[in-house]
Amino acid sequence: MIKNFIKNAGWPRIIIGLFLLALFITAPFVGVNVFTSFNNTIVRFGMNGVMVLAMIPMVQAGCGLNFGLPLGIIAGLLGATLSIELNTEILAKLAELGIRYKISWLTREFLTAYREPAGFASAILIAIPIAAVLGWLYGKLLNRVKGDEMMIATYVGFSSVSFMCIAWLLLPYKHPTMVWGYAGRGLRTTISVEGYWLHILNDWLSLNFQDKIEIGGKILDVNLSIPTGMLIFFAVMAFIVWIFMRTKTGTAMTAVGSNPEFARASGVNVDKMRTISVMMSTILGAIGIIVYEQSFGFIQLYMGPFYMALPAVASILLGGASVNKATILNVVVGTFLFQGILTMTPTVFNSVFQTDMSEVIRLIVSNGMILYALTRKVRA
Amino acid sequence: MSANNNAPLLQLEHIGKEYYGNRVLSDISFSIEAGEILGLVGENGAGKSTLLNILFGMPVIASTGGYEGNLYLDGKPVHFTSPNQALSAGLGMVHQEFSLIPGFTATENILLNREVLNGSLMSYVFSDRVSTLDRDAMRHRAEAAINTLGVHISPDMTVSEMPVGYKQFIEIAREIDRKNTRLLFLDEPTAVLTEQEAEILLIALKKLSKQGIAIVFISHRLSEVKELCSRILVLRDGTLVTDVPAKTLTTREMASLVVGRESSKKEEAVEVEIPEQPVEEENINETLGTTTLSKKKKKKKPALKVEHLWVDMPGETVRDVSFEVQKGEIFGIGGLSGHGKLGIPNGIMGLYPAGGKVKLFGKKLTLNKPRAALSRKMAFVSEDRRGVGLLLDEPLDWNITFTAMQTQGRFLFGIPYIFQMRNELAMAKETKKFIESLSIKCTGPSQKAGELSGGNQQKVCLAKAFVLRPDILLICEPTRGIDIGAKALVLDTLKEYNRENGTTIIITSSELEELRSVCDRVAIVDDGEIVGILPASRPAEEFGMLMMGEKMRVALEYTE
Amino acid sequence: MVRKFFDIIANNAVPAVFILISAFAIPLSGFSASYLVQELLTRIGRNSFLILSLLIPIMAGMGLNFGMVLGAMAGQIGLLFICDWGIVGIPGMVLACLIGTPIAIILGIFCGHILNRAKGREMVTSYILGFFINGVYQMTVLYLMGWIIPITNPNLLLSRGYGVRNAVSLSGIRAVLDNLIPTVITNPEGAKQFLNVNGAGSFFLIQLPFFDGTIRIPLATFIIIALFCVFIVWFRKTKLGQDMRAIGQSQSVADSAGIPVNRTRIIAIVISTVLACYGQIIYLQNMGTLNTYNSHDQAGMFSIAALLIGGASVSKASITNVFVGVILFHLMFIVAPMAGKNLIGEAQIGEYFRVFVSYGIIAIALVLHAWKRNREREAARRSLRGGNGGKA
Repeated sequence: MIKNFIKNAGWPRIIIGLFLLALFITAPFVGVNVFTSFNNTIVRFGMNGVMVLAMIPMVQAGCGLNFGLPLGIIAGLLGATLSIELNTEILAKLAELGIRYKISWLTREFLTAYREPAGFASAILIAIPIAAVLGWLYGKLLNRVKGDEMMIATYVGFSSVSFMCIAWLLLPYKHPTMVWGYAGRGLRTTISVEGYWLHILNDWLSLNFQDKIEIGGKILDVNLSIPTGMLIFFAVMAFIVWIFMRTKTGTAMTAVGSNPEFARASGVNVDKMRTISVMMSTILGAIGIIVYEQSFGFIQLYMGPFYMALPAVASILLGGASVNKATILNVVVGTFLFQGILTMTPTVFNSVFQTDMSEVIRLIVSNGMILYALTRKVRA
Repeated sequence: MSANNNAPLLQLEHIGKEYYGNRVLSDISFSIEAGEILGLVGENGAGKSTLLNILFGMPVIASTGGYEGNLYLDGKPVHFTSPNQALSAGLGMVHQEFSLIPGFTATENILLNREVLNGSLMSYVFSDRVSTLDRDAMRHRAEAAINTLGVHISPDMTVSEMPVGYKQFIEIAREIDRKNTRLLFLDEPTAVLTEQEAEILLIALKKLSKQGIAIVFISHRLSEVKELCSRILVLRDGTLVTDVPAKTLTTREMASLVVGRESSKKEEAVEVEIPEQPVEEENINETLGTTTLSKKKKKKKPALKVEHLWVDMPGETVRDVSFEVQKGEIFGIGGLSGHGKLGIPNGIMGLYPAGGKVKLFGKKLTLNKPRAALSRKMAFVSEDRRGVGLLLDEPLDWNITFTAMQTQGRFLFGIPYIFQMRNELAMAKETKKFIESLSIKCTGPSQKAGELSGGNQQKVCLAKAFVLRPDILLICEPTRGIDIGAKALVLDTLKEYNRENGTTIIITSSELEELRSVCDRVAIVDDGEIVGILPASRPAEEFGMLMMGEKMRVALEYTE
Repeated sequence: MVRKFFDIIANNAVPAVFILISAFAIPLSGFSASYLVQELLTRIGRNSFLILSLLIPIMAGMGLNFGMVLGAMAGQIGLLFICDWGIVGIPGMVLACLIGTPIAIILGIFCGHILNRAKGREMVTSYILGFFINGVYQMTVLYLMGWIIPITNPNLLLSRGYGVRNAVSLSGIRAVLDNLIPTVITNPEGAKQFLNVNGAGSFFLIQLPFFDGTIRIPLATFIIIALFCVFIVWFRKTKLGQDMRAIGQSQSVADSAGIPVNRTRIIAIVISTVLACYGQIIYLQNMGTLNTYNSHDQAGMFSIAALLIGGASVSKASITNVFVGVILFHLMFIVAPMAGKNLIGEAQIGEYFRVFVSYGIIAIALVLHAWKRNREREAARRSLRGGNGGKA
């Protein structure tokens, strides 16, 4: 029974799960507010969940871990910045359409009232086609380099990020909150989304508790704010992926990842399935970064997306995925464990050792996890 | 214990081997003298490779429980536990596949890991591996080894630029260069050579034997064996059936020993089709009309008609093949492995690059597209069960219904082309049906295919094909790697399926007896071409002759 | 014929493109020839050794050794110790090497074992391994040094009493190797000036009548690099080198010929790691400061990019590639920001451009390699078709 559990969960997950548990248990004794930490974990789970979800299609189609996630993130950044740049114009256009086609609810007032959700939606809607095109090209490339996908994905990610660094400087953005004040052009390194769609999902239907409880003579502030909207959004995305993996195409994709020769002999176009999976991963990455930004509050350009693939890759592996099999459950478990460790280690270690070791622990845990997955014997 | 000077070079005493209760070799005893050339013949699976594995101490033998009997080298008992021990004891092996490094020159390959080194101070401090190579000395040694073979190959030529035949010589030269090599095993060395090259090789081998090197020559080309060897050993089903001087056997007798039936005394009229190279369409119909079995009705349009098919399948190249299969017939394709019999069905199904003309019920089939073949109601069971036939990491219902789902749109619900989800209930139901009817031993439709035994996996593969409700079923090696009980069941299932549904079945198998027991007609493939199509009722030795590379015309000469 | 032409272009396309870029960017940058030559010489001395350390794993078919950062970290640990002990000059460098060597060997053996478990994806594994060991390195340097590992020099430690500062001055060994044999090239005019400033005696002064400007040459570093090149040439001729070439081409054949494949692969990585350790020490003695937490990171990426720009591929690299690469890469590095500034009025663009090029070139090299390998596999499969197969 226990043996079976260990076998199913795998040693690394159990060790890290126990480590996280130990952190939660020690937290109250060293004066860390467990509730706040837990709340933070939940928020960060929601922020990162969709980006981790982006790993599933490519892993399932046998393209390996998507180290090229930055490509999707770039599409998301383009969507986010364009939605701000064009915010007023888009709203005006929509209002105009409302008048022209006599859509009674599509009025200027309505649009002003829903400016923020509309901005968020437009960010995603702009990002998706960009991600689809980039993903298509990226998929075509990966089909030509079968067997070396992961390394090439890494460097495709890196070079696209550094290419975009040049582009961010040169693209003709004009919006005053986004460009450098003194030059009047070139996007800033961080752009606030306040006034556009800051916390648009976090605050939607959010549950707030405020209370004081007494534990062992100490009075603890309980200040919880559960980002329900963001969790719902993640759940919806996860559900869409879940449904997709059950469609005819999704089934074919899984078969391609499981055994490409079998799929080919069954009349499946292997390359096409792989391309679709890469496109999906890229699109999910684009949506993921926008969700991340609305919670984080800033759009991070330039070298910002550089190392964003690694935490996502590590999360899904931590959740029990292998290089060629991944499920929604892996995403949920992995993101929770990974973000839990990320939130808990700094607070707990800070209180115990008066020093922040979280960065080092993040490096060791995430890369150790990836190493473990890469060196695991895969059944031939 | 001192070496007995009169003892044979190598002696085998009652060698036997079992794999998981499956006997593959029993009671093999023979000996080889220095300078002797021994021919070793036998069908695929007769036990030749197991015998070699034992002699060379391959780890697979020890890990499966060792072997029975004793080996003596120079009269001293030996027991090799690694190939390196065998090599240093003077045994040499030339493999069927080339184990050469393509970017290296002939010299570098011949002396691979036996390089001549310049002595240096460093080598005393560290190890020999930091000494530099003495390229001149290496070149001389390589040249010497090549010259022993009587061929002219520049020692500086890069292997990747060599014609195939040269590579074989380089392999042999590598074994000869090993100073202590006294016994050389050659596994099908002439298979890849042209006739001329083979000729040179045989001369070279004779030369070697004169220098005292004993040779064990494994080949399916019986005439070569007869020409070269002084003694011939025939292995069949793991036993040594003959050990006689080569002179005393005709190739026909050899062939019948190999396939397992004593040469029958009665002179049967040998009637076979030999497909002429350019076959006229009417002509072939006529020939077929006369030879097709009487119990089958004559049909105008064959179910499958193949003309000048070539298939580029690695290791199973098909050069030029034409045949017809009647509706409702069970057609067998036999031949030795590596000669292209597997390439035929794989090529027709579009799994490997192919060309030529294939007609299905009179209509042309698009080649090179598995989907095209599948949509024409053909089903395929691959010989590579784990590689192509199954999704080992997925449940049984996926394995069985996947192809039907993707090509026929079954086991789905939703709107075609727009949104279709898999219908897991229907999948499980269909799977259960097959689990029952084929008695697949498993825990249920959700068990992973990789967890099943070989025989049950094969049944899953069959179920996958049956689900497609095919008009034509192509099956490769239906009984490979499964136990005897399952073998019979699989074959019976096929016969029954054919009888009940009238499905045309094409079986490709290395096991001749199996083909003869199931099929109506059997085609024998040799060197990428069909050398003859015989009714299954013909005596086994006739098939044997065909398989052993003796074209039927030659065979006829011997019977006269 | 067409194919041959294509191959020649494909094999040398990368250096050719860079020569072209430089040809445009050099005039745009407006740098003088003597400035460029001086900068280049300094950088060749600084970087070549690191790049050379990549050659041996490529020979053994293990691809670009992204794990060379392990060696770089070992070298940095050596440097931290000599800084703490206050050992300066050449003895300091030698000691740093002596301390770094066993660490590099241990890391190399570890790396080799890991890579043997991940055959076929050595590069991505060694790349992630670099990050992993980076975590361990940071833990050591940031938390253990000054706490468990005795480091006492307050100039090295953070104000909290343990952990090493972000930037450590290597003034004790700055340029000691470069200036060991001080050499200057100049014209007679410059020579007079130079002697006036520096005084006579301690310099090799080479006077060239038509030379414009004054150039210092890190002669001792060049001698070390030359010795290293000789080592590599010699190594290729040894039995070990031959074995590595064999393994690089076919592990299975090498194995059946009795070559200890796994062991040899580990040796290749160990040699590379140790050499990268020395390379990093040479690199940092030239720079004069150690960025404790990211010097090693850049070392790996820039060295690999430089090697590829020199025309090397994942499976084939020569000493020529190293030097062509180091020259072209640094030429671009020097001129790109100025050229960017003069062209678009933004130095930042040039900086981003060179980062983009570094990553882009690695991406392209990896793609070309995978592509070519898949094509060759296809060709090899086709050749099995044999003599008269595939008529029609």
